[in-house]
Amino acid sequence: MPIIEANDLTKVYRVSQKKKGLLAAVRGLYRREYKEVRAVDGVRFTIEPGEMVGFLGPNGAGKTTTLKMLSGLIYPTSGTARVLDFVPWERARAFRQQFSLVMGQKNQLWWDLPASDSFELHREIYSLDKTRFNQTVGELTEMFAVQGLTRQPVRELSLGERMKMELIAALLHQPQLLLLDEPTIGLDVVAQVTIQKCLKEYNAHRGVTVLLTSHNMRDVEALCTRVMVITHGKVIYDGPLAGITEQFGQSKLVRLQFMGETTPDGLDRFGEVTRREGPAAELKIERQRVAQAVADVLDHYTVVDLSVEDPPLDQVIARVFQEGHTNHELRSSTNS
Amino acid sequence: MSSVRPPIPEPGIQWSRDAVLTLPADRPVRVLRKYWNICRVSLIERLTYRADFFLATLLRFLPMLTTILLWQAVYAGADATKGQQELSGFTFSEMVAYLLLVHISRMFSSMPGLAAGIARDVREGTLKKYLIQPIDMIAYLVSYRAAHKMAYIATSALPYGLLFLLCWPIFPDISLSYWKVAAYIVSLFLGFLIGFFFEAAIGMVGFWFLEVTSLLYIVNTLNFFVSGQMFPVDLLPHPWDWILKLLPFQYMAYFPAAILLGKVEGTDLICQLLGEVVWVVVFIALSRWLYRLGLKRYSAYGG
Repeated sequence: MPIIEANDLTKVYRVSQKKKGLLAAVRGLYRREYKEVRAVDGVRFTIEPGEMVGFLGPNGAGKTTTLKMLSGLIYPTSGTARVLDFVPWERARAFRQQFSLVMGQKNQLWWDLPASDSFELHREIYSLDKTRFNQTVGELTEMFAVQGLTRQPVRELSLGERMKMELIAALLHQPQLLLLDEPTIGLDVVAQVTIQKCLKEYNAHRGVTVLLTSHNMRDVEALCTRVMVITHGKVIYDGPLAGITEQFGQSKLVRLQFMGETTPDGLDRFGEVTRREGPAAELKIERQRVAQAVADVLDHYTVVDLSVEDPPLDQVIARVFQEGHTNHELRSSTNS
Repeated sequence: MSSVRPPIPEPGIQWSRDAVLTLPADRPVRVLRKYWNICRVSLIERLTYRADFFLATLLRFLPMLTTILLWQAVYAGADATKGQQELSGFTFSEMVAYLLLVHISRMFSSMPGLAAGIARDVREGTLKKYLIQPIDMIAYLVSYRAAHKMAYIATSALPYGLLFLLCWPIFPDISLSYWKVAAYIVSLFLGFLIGFFFEAAIGMVGFWFLEVTSLLYIVNTLNFFVSGQMFPVDLLPHPWDWILKLLPFQYMAYFPAAILLGKVEGTDLICQLLGEVVWVVVFIALSRWLYRLGLKRYSAYGG
């Protein structure tokens, strides 16, 4: 049984339009104009137990709205979803007992108290057995390496330590599903890496299913075997991370090292020259033309070294975001 | 502030093999225990702010002094012009006692920050914690507020005790019976519930208007008058005193004080207590209903 099943989930917000000017503002007091915004538009996917799935998309693409529907905070305008075999927005007690939603930058812990007091409150909220709870706290604080910090007021912790405490609090009741919204936002690289490692380790030990949204490609690269790319409320890609480059990366990066001191002229007939330094050059060449171009280069010049690479992933993603809802509504089948 | 710590956790955590053990939570006793424990944990939180409490309590006494002086002048004037020792059955010493006792009523029924807090939770989206965790917002807030009140009463016992001691010479003779004290305690407890659910209902308006501070300001200003905080409602001409006694507001200040001063007795007392229970039920129902409607709206538009 899949953990999450979303069928044509759609959310249309009615946003009131404020016009400029005093007169319009006064008129707005008794008559408002609304604009409809399709935040999520017919999203359909399934997630199996134990998967770690990344949700990628630019701001306003519909990631958070989708998470809110899946966690039962808001109703969809149309479509259905089953999460842990519940309809999330019915908010059944048994459902709430089994998942966690962590939003980066929004803290749930009591600011002026040590994290352990907030943990204690969670124990009460989730009605957890005391010995098992202590065991879980021990495991989690050890994993996140924050054993010595649970008695310190939360406000005195660094941002990274605070986020770790937030995650511990979210995992205390051992949820089957963890929804993470920008978990590493604002954190330094060291803290990011620790959190990624811990989430991975936790996933391996407890088999928790994770769905995370992030702008941070490092998160997704480190954690997720599968990604969904969403722009303008539509899922435009669903598959392994590497597949994104195949689908959206239309050019490859060819690095050349020539014999001698400089690069020869006329390289731009093969493709766009992106870098030129001494005898080294980088060319961006369209996918279909790469083989032919490389053969031509080797024919005409003396090449010492040559490599063909995919462009960096975040560049490809940035392109995908920019193009947004172009005509390719490709959806590769998931192989999980 | 934070020292450098090993970023990568040591291997070899002893992971327990057992599944998480959740205690059955649907039995009422268990639910009560849960919210009692939440109250206990909240109490720890509130006690971290004890210095703030102490100061706030002290500052509360300053306006009371001026009020007492004002009433002294009023009574002196009534005595000089009409030769009256009493105003609507209240002697000067009873009036001073009343004003002090009203503060005790308010210690139970005032809910600073409750409505604004609910509205803020709606506006800033922190409401979500009540929707994703297995917890009921209203029950949680009652537990939290009860803890808040306990901490407040405990910390202000000393300054209040001092004040009562100071005013002892001008206090009227208050005859205390067990029944009277019992009725007083019940009225304080019910006053807490009325105060809580009344202000919670105002907070729920935040689902529609986002900002409730101006509404709250109006309500609190009116409440100061109609609840009898300014003066006993008996001082008003008929039929206004009767109307105010039928409304729920007097239970938040006037009623407990009136019981202790022996102004309500016998069947009148029992009828008023029953009326208070009815108002508690009305406000519980109202705030629940508004919460349900509000959540529907919240889930449909915002989140």
